[in-house]
Amino acid sequence: MEKVIAGKPITVNEEGYLTDFNQWDEKVGEAIAAENHLSLTPRHWDVIRYLQNEQKNQVALSIRRVGKSGVVDIRELYSLFPNAPLKTATKIAGIPKPASCI
Amino acid sequence: MKNLVILGAGTAGTMMANHLHHHLKTPDWNISIIDERDKHYYQPGFLFLPFDIYTPDDIIKTVDEFIPKDVSLIKSRVDKILPEENKVQLADGKQLDYDVLIIATGAKISPEETPGMGGEEWQKSVFDFYTFEGALALRNKLRDWTGGNLVVHITEMPIKCPVAPLEFAFLADSFFKNKDMRDKVGITYVTPLSGAFTKPKATEALTHLLDEKHIRIESDFAIEQVDNENKQIIDYGGRAIPFDILVTVPTNKGDELMDRSGMGDDLNYVPTNKATLQSKVYPNIFVLGDASDIPASKAGSVAHFEAEILTDNILHFVKGEPLSEEFDGHANCFIETGNDKALLIDFNYTHEPVEGSFPFPGIGPLRLLKESRMNHMGKLAFRWIYWNVLLKGTHIPFVSANMSESGKHYEKALNE
Repeated sequence: MEKVIAGKPITVNEEGYLTDFNQWDEKVGEAIAAENHLSLTPRHWDVIRYLQNEQKNQVALSIRRVGKSGVVDIRELYSLFPNAPLKTATKIAGIPKPASCI
Repeated sequence: MKNLVILGAGTAGTMMANHLHHHLKTPDWNISIIDERDKHYYQPGFLFLPFDIYTPDDIIKTVDEFIPKDVSLIKSRVDKILPEENKVQLADGKQLDYDVLIIATGAKISPEETPGMGGEEWQKSVFDFYTFEGALALRNKLRDWTGGNLVVHITEMPIKCPVAPLEFAFLADSFFKNKDMRDKVGITYVTPLSGAFTKPKATEALTHLLDEKHIRIESDFAIEQVDNENKQIIDYGGRAIPFDILVTVPTNKGDELMDRSGMGDDLNYVPTNKATLQSKVYPNIFVLGDASDIPASKAGSVAHFEAEILTDNILHFVKGEPLSEEFDGHANCFIETGNDKALLIDFNYTHEPVEGSFPFPGIGPLRLLKESRMNHMGKLAFRWIYWNVLLKGTHIPFVSANMSESGKHYEKALNE
């Protein structure tokens, strides 16, 4: 489906995750963050860039892995993105929701 | 003579020994299987032990009795794999050469990964049921428990048998109803996932069952610590859930041998090709069952389907032929839902569990994703099948290693 984010038509899935990372830019990230009642600080951006980079390298994302990344510990991750941090942060970063292992 | 060495004589390793000894024979081949344990546990039985449905005798046999006579069983701890030298080093320093190595060392719980989990309340009010000792301690606790908050909890994914904690919650509901004390027990299901299960279709069916049984669900819970003093679990966001009994599934990890050998990922799982089951690094090493990092369920049924395919691939490999990339992630699991009923789910890497019939399209007799008594009978019958058919590597009639798509109502898995 299509949704207007930061004044641009963007393709998202039913949960609101971008399906094409090429449509993402920082303005889109900020707009999604605002929908989630967050305003992005430099620390948020550190996490978002880290997640985008991991996604580019096809590393499976998990809270454990982020916590051991050296970028942010889990406690800070929760304070930056409350409730379900990885789900919120990946949505803002324009990358897929992490597939939970089965 | 060439050597094939299997590490681990659990479900997966034992099945491989039974498959391969028919094909790789003396004087050309010598097959060894190494495990330090004496007992072979029927692990699905750990779910039933706490509720006095199975006794310890139902679920324990010896490792020896399932290993073929022409396979050498070496009872030893393995110190290290030396993959560059094609050797395995045992605890006493002795080294074994291999031409082909199969890693089937499984996964186990690591309560020490969560602060407070293995603390003073461990096996007093904090229990696991993924070990024999844990399930037994929990049985003894439940026998004379007078009620309170029962919290069933998953620490993080992946875990062995992702449906087992749900089954535990369903069986607990039934157990307390039968003891006429359901009104004295609050049951809460706490998961790091956003819903009851990993697959959306099955989540829908299972969420409905949780509601029906008045089991509260707390999702997106990433545990930070077990607070032993106040008997509560606390997540990183500060959410606290009090318990009188906590039944937790701690972090699952592969064997520490992988860490000692420099062969595992951050949870000690071995990077493995998900279609061929060959190590991503060493062509003469193969990995099956819970030890690998493939994105399939960690469950005995998966190891069973893998074993059939891996046998073919190993025979290809020793003949110098290309491997057939076949494994599709097939899993087939009964889910006990209490009151002598069960669901059955059948899924793979790309297909969600769906409704339909199994194993005969349109006929069944088992119903997929629907509660029935027949499914429950199937689950109970499975213990006999496990000891008498599955471990011996005999093919289960009508159930194929790759998933059949007929007789099922499909939608493609999401996120694929």
